[in-house]
Amino acid sequence: MFCLQEKGYIIAAGAVLGILSIALVLSGNPANMGYCIACFLRDIAGGLGLHRAAVVQYLRPEIMGLVLGAFVTALAFREFKSTGGSSAVIRFFLGTFMMMGALVFLGCPLRMILRLSGGDLNALVALPGYVLGIWVGVRFLNMGYTLGPAVDQPKANSYFGPLLAAGLLILLLAAPAFIFFSAEGPGAARAPVALALGSGLLVGFFAQRTRFCTMGSFRDVLLFRDFHLFSGIAALFVVALAGNLLFGSFTLGLTSQPVAHTESIWNFLGMGIVGLAAVLAGGCPMRQLILTGEGNTDAAVTVFGLVFGAAVMHNFGWAASPAGVSLGGKYMVVVVWLLLLGLGMAGSLYGKKTTSFIGKVKSINAG
Amino acid sequence: MDIKVVDCRGYSCPEPVIMARNAMMAAGKGEIQVQVSTAVARDNVTRAARGLGWAVSTEETGEDFVLNLTR
Repeated sequence: MFCLQEKGYIIAAGAVLGILSIALVLSGNPANMGYCIACFLRDIAGGLGLHRAAVVQYLRPEIMGLVLGAFVTALAFREFKSTGGSSAVIRFFLGTFMMMGALVFLGCPLRMILRLSGGDLNALVALPGYVLGIWVGVRFLNMGYTLGPAVDQPKANSYFGPLLAAGLLILLLAAPAFIFFSAEGPGAARAPVALALGSGLLVGFFAQRTRFCTMGSFRDVLLFRDFHLFSGIAALFVVALAGNLLFGSFTLGLTSQPVAHTESIWNFLGMGIVGLAAVLAGGCPMRQLILTGEGNTDAAVTVFGLVFGAAVMHNFGWAASPAGVSLGGKYMVVVVWLLLLGLGMAGSLYGKKTTSFIGKVKSINAG
Repeated sequence: MDIKVVDCRGYSCPEPVIMARNAMMAAGKGEIQVQVSTAVARDNVTRAARGLGWAVSTEETGEDFVLNLTR
């Protein structure tokens, strides 16, 4: 069976993502935002009118490409499978929380790596926050944290994610009056549709085959001392850094960074939320999109939660801006941290009670 | 001979890896059968087991995978 699990392929996946990220910025995407799953889902939420922040509204074709690329790849490799039923409501809110943390920092973990490669030192402040969140999550995993097993679902469930992606693509191309397109701001900075969609499809293929995940990268190192996934984001960083240096888009510093603010404590805590929520949900925002393409309805629900989170953040004025984080946004960060710690505890207790990993091991007599 | 069976079907990574690792650590050596339901879990458990010095053979049983770990 053809399976890209060798180290070379995960490095290739990171490198391809790095090259395409640079290409997308050169072709029109906002700076250090060749890829940002949180930002792009936020733009889609705006494009659909779920929030009315006029500068961040666009149906980003990269997102549709990722889901459809993963869908086609999963079908081709017979890994498309309709599953779900593992704590859908909790997963929805883990998606919401991930988006909340990301919109305090102004970027998903992928964009954090890209911001770092562009010399934005605010990302260097956020990175330890992300790792701290993942470290806390790993403590819960070691305590037996689980959201329960997923089971097979009726096939129709699994096609909603890919069909929604296709539907968004049609809305993008038809551009009916009820879809919002930013006239200025980050939402107006766009790479051509064909390039954005094509890059999404390609990354969708690589990510599906290699299980590329920014959270898994750090989690596996902390949990198992396994650097397999980590080599993928390391490659992404190196390639994007080389690209930024090559094209003169590398600017080292904390201030005057594109689509960023300098409130370090909130960058740190915001990305911490993303890290912890991603461990509890089993994948970073990009991984959730790929899993959605594979027919995982739990991941699809998580993506809906991400979109919902974007709407809440902008409608309530909690999303950060280059000016900084609002007071409401700061309260939100503290409350969400507490909620996540509570969810981690609850999941650990549930795991101990129902599926105790030791208890799961049963002896059978094979003789 | 006793074979330990670890049923991880339905669980998504890293949980199957944690469950399988715990079983391998507890057993030290012998034979362990790990049941998983996704290709991701199959790959990850295989990698973790080989990393711990266990031999892995895999069979596909309909929708699921059975991994036989021996050491």
